[in-house]
Amino acid sequence: MTDTRTLSITVNGTQYTREIETRRTLADFLRLDLKLTGTHLGCEHGVCGACTVRVEGQAVRSCLMLAVQANGKSVATVEGLARDGNLSPLQNQFWEHHGLQCGFCTPGVLMTMEEFLEENPNPTEADVRDALSGNICRCTGYQSIVDAVLATAAQARGE
Amino acid sequence: MKPSPFTYHAPATPAELADLLGTLEDARVIAGGQSLMPMMNFRFVQPAHLIDLNTVQGLDYVERRGDVLEIGAATRQRFLQRSGEIAQSMPILQEALSHVGHRQTRARGTIGGSLCHFDPSAELVNMAALHDATLTLTSAAGDREVSFAEFGVGYLTTSVQPEEFLSAVRLAVWPRHHGHGFEEFAFRHGDFAICAVSCLMTLDPGGTIERLAIAVSGVTETPVRLTQWEADLRGARPDAETAAALASAAAGIEAMSDAYVSAAYRTHLARVLTRRAFLKAAERAKEKASA
Ligand code: FES
Ligand code: FES
Repeated sequence: MTDTRTLSITVNGTQYTREIETRRTLADFLRLDLKLTGTHLGCEHGVCGACTVRVEGQAVRSCLMLAVQANGKSVATVEGLARDGNLSPLQNQFWEHHGLQCGFCTPGVLMTMEEFLEENPNPTEADVRDALSGNICRCTGYQSIVDAVLATAAQARGE
Repeated sequence: MKPSPFTYHAPATPAELADLLGTLEDARVIAGGQSLMPMMNFRFVQPAHLIDLNTVQGLDYVERRGDVLEIGAATRQRFLQRSGEIAQSMPILQEALSHVGHRQTRARGTIGGSLCHFDPSAELVNMAALHDATLTLTSAAGDREVSFAEFGVGYLTTSVQPEEFLSAVRLAVWPRHHGHGFEEFAFRHGDFAICAVSCLMTLDPGGTIERLAIAVSGVTETPVRLTQWEADLRGARPDAETAAALASAAAGIEAMSDAYVSAAYRTHLARVLTRRAFLKAAERAKEKASA
């Protein structure tokens, strides 16, 4: 017997209502039901951070949350960052600073750093590295990611 | 890597939650899910019923009551880390929280979830030991209070019964002039510590130890308080010599070993980290005494 519930959720500003299995993770719901495959799954057990999305503004691991737990909530994914075909300032700096190579970890890193920069407009390099601790990148190397985040903060401050 | 099927329950009140726990067979409560979800994804845990604590009202709060800080079991780690009350009355808890997972896991993870998971080296378990926690376990029959010693049974095991849930934790607040030290070693920042040592200390006007608490975790299956030493060192100078004696005591705890970390290495860490945590607490206590 399959246990299902009706989920009503806002993702990147669009409202969706779907009948889902209660064991569906939020990550799988986004990828398989909404076909928003920008959210990546690396480990599915909370270690890599690739699946990070924002729920009610907070960066969380979507592989460790059930979709039903996001009922009535507002979710932001990497697909919502660019506006009208223009990259967000953070995405732009990733491009400028070579903040991604294969790009697998990038959606999770971007969603984490978007939240971090809203909370810390004036971060030090150590702050950025601390905030990045929950995201594993296996190819770019963290230095260029850190550079991109610091450059975004500097840009926002008008420097 | 997907959970096996279960029936999901979303109670709105503690009473509804208690009723569900009292009637359902093979039920698990999910709080922040930062430990349970990985275990369900791996299918190490396959409950028939999953009861969501996140929909229950009234289980997330921080309240100061005299010398006690009461924290609702479902209070998020992120909230605790940013609480002004905790920054003031229990700074060591905030320092410890900065080592708990990562910002994304602290946004979901709760204090009660971490305590019920009872990982031997979890920072919040160490904090509960250090602050002589008492815990409220709730069931349809009512509440019962247990001490931390009664709560922790062994490796990943607590005395919470199938029909009960943890509803609140109370931690003893130390006088304002206390100093604190928290030291841990983990392979990567945010991992569970291999060993973590915490220390609280107050000094009397002559500069000798008035009150001391030390909790060592990661060495055995549950955190160890150096109770006898805490009592014996009253009136001692908080200097390097005392630190060395205490460090030797910590190294005397019989250490467990596993595939990654030998007993000898845990013992080494217990010694080094105890000395550091003690000296840090002493330094801060002295600063406060002269302020
Ligand atoms: S896929 Fe969620 S943390 Fe790795
Ligand atoms: S860009 Fe390849 S894993 Fe980070």
